[in-house]
Amino acid sequence: MVKKFLFLEWKSFSRSASFNFNLAIKILLSIAAAFYGAMILLLGIGVFYMLQEEGFEPLSTVNKYLVYWWLADLIVRYFLQQTPVMQVKPLLTLPIKKSKIVSFLLGKSAFSFFNMYPVFFFLPFSIVLVVNGYSIVGVLAWHLAMMSIVYANNYLNLLIENLNALFIAVAVILVTLIGAQYAGYLDITIYFSPIFQAFYAYPIIGFGMLLIPISLFMYCFNYFKPRLRLDDVIKKKEKEVKTENFTWLDKYGVLGSFLKNDLKLILRNKRSKSTVLTSIFFLFYGLLLMSDSMYGAPTWKLFSGLFISGGFLFTFGGFVPSWDSSYYPLMMSQNIKYKEYLSSKWWLIVIATFCSMLLASFYLYFGWEYYLAIIVGAIYNMGVNAHIVLLGGAYVKTPIDLNAGKKAFGDKKAFNVKTILLTIPKLLLPLLIFYAFYKIWNVQAGYIAVALLGIMGFAFKNSVFSLIEKIYKQEKYATLSAYKQKN
Amino acid sequence: MIKIENISKVYNGVTVLTVPQLEIPEGQCFGLVGNNGAGKTTLFSLLLDLIEPNSGSVTNKGIIVNKSEDWKPFTSAFIDESFLIGYLTPEEYFYFIGDLRGKNKADVDVFLTPFEELFNDEILNKKKYIRDLSKGNQKKVGIVAALIGNPEVIILDEPFANLDPTTQFRLKAIIKEMATTKKVTIIISSHDLIHTTEVCSRIVVLNKGEMVKDIQTNSETLKELETFFSEGIMVRN
Repeated sequence: MVKKFLFLEWKSFSRSASFNFNLAIKILLSIAAAFYGAMILLLGIGVFYMLQEEGFEPLSTVNKYLVYWWLADLIVRYFLQQTPVMQVKPLLTLPIKKSKIVSFLLGKSAFSFFNMYPVFFFLPFSIVLVVNGYSIVGVLAWHLAMMSIVYANNYLNLLIENLNALFIAVAVILVTLIGAQYAGYLDITIYFSPIFQAFYAYPIIGFGMLLIPISLFMYCFNYFKPRLRLDDVIKKKEKEVKTENFTWLDKYGVLGSFLKNDLKLILRNKRSKSTVLTSIFFLFYGLLLMSDSMYGAPTWKLFSGLFISGGFLFTFGGFVPSWDSSYYPLMMSQNIKYKEYLSSKWWLIVIATFCSMLLASFYLYFGWEYYLAIIVGAIYNMGVNAHIVLLGGAYVKTPIDLNAGKKAFGDKKAFNVKTILLTIPKLLLPLLIFYAFYKIWNVQAGYIAVALLGIMGFAFKNSVFSLIEKIYKQEKYATLSAYKQKN
Repeated sequence: MIKIENISKVYNGVTVLTVPQLEIPEGQCFGLVGNNGAGKTTLFSLLLDLIEPNSGSVTNKGIIVNKSEDWKPFTSAFIDESFLIGYLTPEEYFYFIGDLRGKNKADVDVFLTPFEELFNDEILNKKKYIRDLSKGNQKKVGIVAALIGNPEVIILDEPFANLDPTTQFRLKAIIKEMATTKKVTIIISSHDLIHTTEVCSRIVVLNKGEMVKDIQTNSETLKELETFFSEGIMVRN
């Protein structure tokens, strides 16, 4: 049976539309993966000697910071890890035990990349520990405890995805912990490092940690098994819906009715909702860089300015026109001109970028220079990147399933590597121009140059749009046929 | 109204449709019948410029559909659920289509009143998104939306399938009325020979991508079609 499931998995992978996306991107991705794998491996081997050199006791020092890794791992998983997905509906009426289907899905998630990368660190680190005379039983217990945490995170993430209450609880705890740490009220490492240390010192606790992922697995199993029915997982609960009219948009004619639709799209679909929520996190990107002195350089300020104001542009905009993929034939045959359709998306992106710029005004607290970088970044985003995003959209042919409820555990992931890759030219160009003007003249000249570029983008909007429209028309048939392939 | 010339569509080296010449005059109710894979949906997709022809052209009221978008204001269609926006309520969807066709909310409300019977109290004011409606009700929404804004050409793929018998009768009456009194060109496809002969003034049979019959409907048409589909095809192949 498992063999048959694996066969189905392979077919759905090798025959998916996105698999044939682009060889160049696939190669780039594998190079990146190999690079990061090697880096983590080197870190795993080297960290022991590096810490020893600096005069720290390696294991306890690592234990001190492990809590951050644990939290970061959980957060990154929430945003990036794909929940295991399988076309369950056709299997339900076949003579297959539901427990088989659920255990296969849960087992499959164990082979995620997010469970593999820690091995690259913890395995060499543990070996180095043993080689350097640490107790074998202790290290083994500690290592198993780490792996238990990895898999506990894996299944916890699955549950978080599906239990809103759990998500809120975990989010509140995380925000409180990180906030308290940030504001300097308490140092969470003090409370957590003895726990991690105990896995080594008292191996029985380390071995006992294995119970956590096992019980989480059991919980997941018991949670999903009875829900593997049409009216639970596959068919969404029908709630009475609120209708919003957004009548204030009526005065903008056809553009207004498109914007109304886009607002409803965002508010009423899981997939788009989580994408927009992700874009809000971009607003706080600057805080991450604030403390690091290297990022004090003006070029880095502009970089974060582009990022802070461009959250919506990068996450939501990167998927235009895929958001409309499920009814693209309607859009292509209704009384809609391409120009109107594209310009409504453009306005949506520009308005959202402008709002992000206003929301980011709290950066004024860190000095007007910082906020200036955000304003310049926003102008560039609105003037130039909004066009580039639409242009790129002509080639993004991944259909988006807005009704994510159809799949087994739901596919709510709104973040993918392709869109991240597409953001590179959008960020690199303004930084290079800024850097050139900044080195030849000064910071102000750099800002003015980038802002002027953005304003020029506005000025040439019409001719750029004609070009984009032409490309969309060329790609129309290919896009329509790619969108036909759902899932 | 619609002129098809030398059109052909090839998928992976297999010709799925060839129509040398077909003209549909204004105000005709045109029925397309044929078995699965006969090329009905392919032809409709070509009429709406959703796929690219390998040769030939479709002209809609003098406009070549893959050269200009100017046919869109007077043409509407419902092919399948990809013409519905799942996250809207039926009302919102009707208003959206109305907006695109220059009809305001009040116009659409007036337009919808005669359809209340057809909707059978299951569609309007139900506070449900279209994606949560049953297949049949989704189809009703799609068909009615295709009638908004006085289109001159209406294309419906399998309009009778998935509908309950009562609705099938009502829909037939609506289509007949639109074609006779409003001079709307209606193009439908169906597997149901009885419905098609009742509604359409002209029926074209497609078989394996080719037009094999072009009949002006009369009292003998149904019999002729039944004979064709029960024996004719087997002999032909």
